[in-house]
Amino acid sequence: MPANKTLAILGAGKLGVVLTQLALRAGYTVYIAGSGSADKIALSIKVLTPGAIATTAEDAITHADIVILALPLGKYRTIPADKLRGKLVIDAMNYWWEVDGRDSEFADPVTSSSEIVRDYLVGARVVKALSHMGYHHLLDESRPAGTPGRKAIAIAGDNDTDNQTVATLVDDLGFDPVIIGPLARGKILEPAHELFGAHIDKTSLLKIATENEDNPTK
Amino acid sequence: MATKKKTDQPAISFGLDSFGDIPRGADGKLLSHAAAIRQVIDEAVLADKLGVDAIALGEHHREDFAISSPEMVLAAIASKTKNIKLASGVTVLSSDDPVRVFERFATLDAVSNGRAQVILGRGSFTESFPLFGYDLRDYEILFEEKIELFAELLKEKPVTWSGTKRASLDKADVYPKTESGHLETFVGVGGSPQSVIRAAKYGFPLVLAIIGGAPERFAPYVDLYKHAAQEFGTSSDMIGMHSPGFIADTDEEAVKIAWPAHKTNFDRIGRTRGWPPLTREHFDYEVANGSLYIGSPETVARKIAKSIKALGVNRFDLVYGGGPMPASARLHMVELYGTKVIPRVRELLAEQGSSASK
Repeated sequence: MPANKTLAILGAGKLGVVLTQLALRAGYTVYIAGSGSADKIALSIKVLTPGAIATTAEDAITHADIVILALPLGKYRTIPADKLRGKLVIDAMNYWWEVDGRDSEFADPVTSSSEIVRDYLVGARVVKALSHMGYHHLLDESRPAGTPGRKAIAIAGDNDTDNQTVATLVDDLGFDPVIIGPLARGKILEPAHELFGAHIDKTSLLKIATENEDNPTK
Repeated sequence: MATKKKTDQPAISFGLDSFGDIPRGADGKLLSHAAAIRQVIDEAVLADKLGVDAIALGEHHREDFAISSPEMVLAAIASKTKNIKLASGVTVLSSDDPVRVFERFATLDAVSNGRAQVILGRGSFTESFPLFGYDLRDYEILFEEKIELFAELLKEKPVTWSGTKRASLDKADVYPKTESGHLETFVGVGGSPQSVIRAAKYGFPLVLAIIGGAPERFAPYVDLYKHAAQEFGTSSDMIGMHSPGFIADTDEEAVKIAWPAHKTNFDRIGRTRGWPPLTREHFDYEVANGSLYIGSPETVARKIAKSIKALGVNRFDLVYGGGPMPASARLHMVELYGTKVIPRVRELLAEQGSSASK
C-alpha cells in the first residue's frame, strides 16, 4: 500500500459518507466510524459506500495514515485523543451556533474552532480542510486534475509537510488544493466568514484569501 | 419472508408543498401573515379542482413563513376540497408531543373523510426547540423516542410506553380513532443515513427532501431504504421526493420571478446560519443540473420525469412559492402544475415505459 492511502473517517453522517465515496473513487482504503459500534453503521456503509470498512473510531485510527474528523463539532470531546498522538488529522467540522449554541466555546470571535480541536488533540498534527464546501457540492463538483473550472479546497495548517500531504489528498478527491496559511488562518473558512460555503475555482479562492490576509478574523 | 408484497406498484402521485411564504400583493407590498395563510388555502382549493394529489404544509416558527400550525390550515382546506390529500411537511415531532400530533391529525382525518397524512421529520430549522422548551442538544434522542411512541399510537390501541424525554403512558387510549384504522404517516428525511434506516425500521414511507445538488446522488439512499426495509421485514413500496421549484408560461418568465424571490429567501436564512449569499451562477447551476425545478411547464415536466425515473420514486412534491413572490404568479403556477406539468410528466413516463420500481 503506497503512503498516505489509508484514511480513517470519523463520522458516518452526510459529510462522512460523501468524503468516503470520493476517497474510494480515488483508490483509497477507507475505515469509517460512527458514534458507536460498527454494526450501527454497517448497513449504511455497505449500501452507500461499498468497499469502505465500517468499524469503531479506535480501530479506524489504528489503520489510518490520515484521519478525517467529520462528526458534529459539538461532539469533539468524544474523539479518542490519545489514539491520535502523532497522527495527521484533518478537521472538516464546523461550528453551527444554532445547534452548538451562541454561548459555546466556539463562539470566540478570534480563535478558530480547529485551534480548539488541536488543543484538545494533544500531539496530533491538525490541519483544517474540507470544511468550507457543502457536502452535496463536494459530491457534484469533484473533477479530475486539469479540468477547466475545477473547484478549489482551502487548507490551513501549521506544518508545511502536512499541508502538502493534505493537498495531495484534496487533489485526489477531485479539487484544486489551496494552502492559505497556518491553522489560525482557517478562521476565514468558518461559517459567516469570507470563504465559508465557497465552491469556486483556485484563482477566485486565492484572491479572497489574499484580500483578507491582514484581517483574518473580520 | 416477512416482506409485504403488493401485486402492483402504487400510481405516481403529485403534490404541492408550501411553508406559507409571504407573497406580494398587486401593489408589490408583502401580504400579512393572515392573508398569506388564506392565499395557501386558495391555492389548495385550486389544486384540488385540478386534480393535484396532495397539498403538504410545513411548520415554521419565524417571521418569513406564515404557517406554524399546518393542521389548522389543512382543516380549513378540508372543508373546501374533495379529493386532495392533506399533509404536513414536515411535522417537527422532536419539539411536539406525539399524543397531540396523533389527536390533531386523527381529527383532520375525520373532518376530511380520511385524507390526512402526517409527514414526520426532524426539521432543518431550530426555532421550535427554545420556543417549546426543548434542548437542541437532545435533538437525536427526542426524535428517536417520539417516533417510537408515535408508531405505537398509530396502532390505535391502548399504549404503554416509557422513555426519558416524555411522561410515560400506561394503557393510554387516544382519541379520536380513525375510520380506516390507519393514519397515513411518512417520514421526511434530508439525507442522514440513520434517518433513512429509522423510517424503514418502523415501516414508514419515505419522503426525501432534495433541496440542492444533483437529484441522482440520492439514488443510494433509495437503495439503503429498500435494503433496510428488507432486513426489518417492512414495506418499501412508497418512496417520495420533495424539491423546490416554480413554473411560469416561459422559462424566462419563471426565472425572472423566481430568482429574486429565491435569493431573498436563501440569503435571509443564510445570514442566520453563516452561509454566503446566493450567487446567480449557483442559482443557474441548480436550475440546469441541480434541484430547482424552475421554468416553463415543459422544462419542469421533463426535469421531474427525469428525477422520478432516476430515483424510482412514486411521489413527487413541488415546494412552490419560495420567497416573496407575487401572489398572482403563485396561483398561476398552481394552475400550470395541475393542467400542464402533471399530465406531461405522466405522458413522459408512459413514453419511457416507466414503472415505479427500478
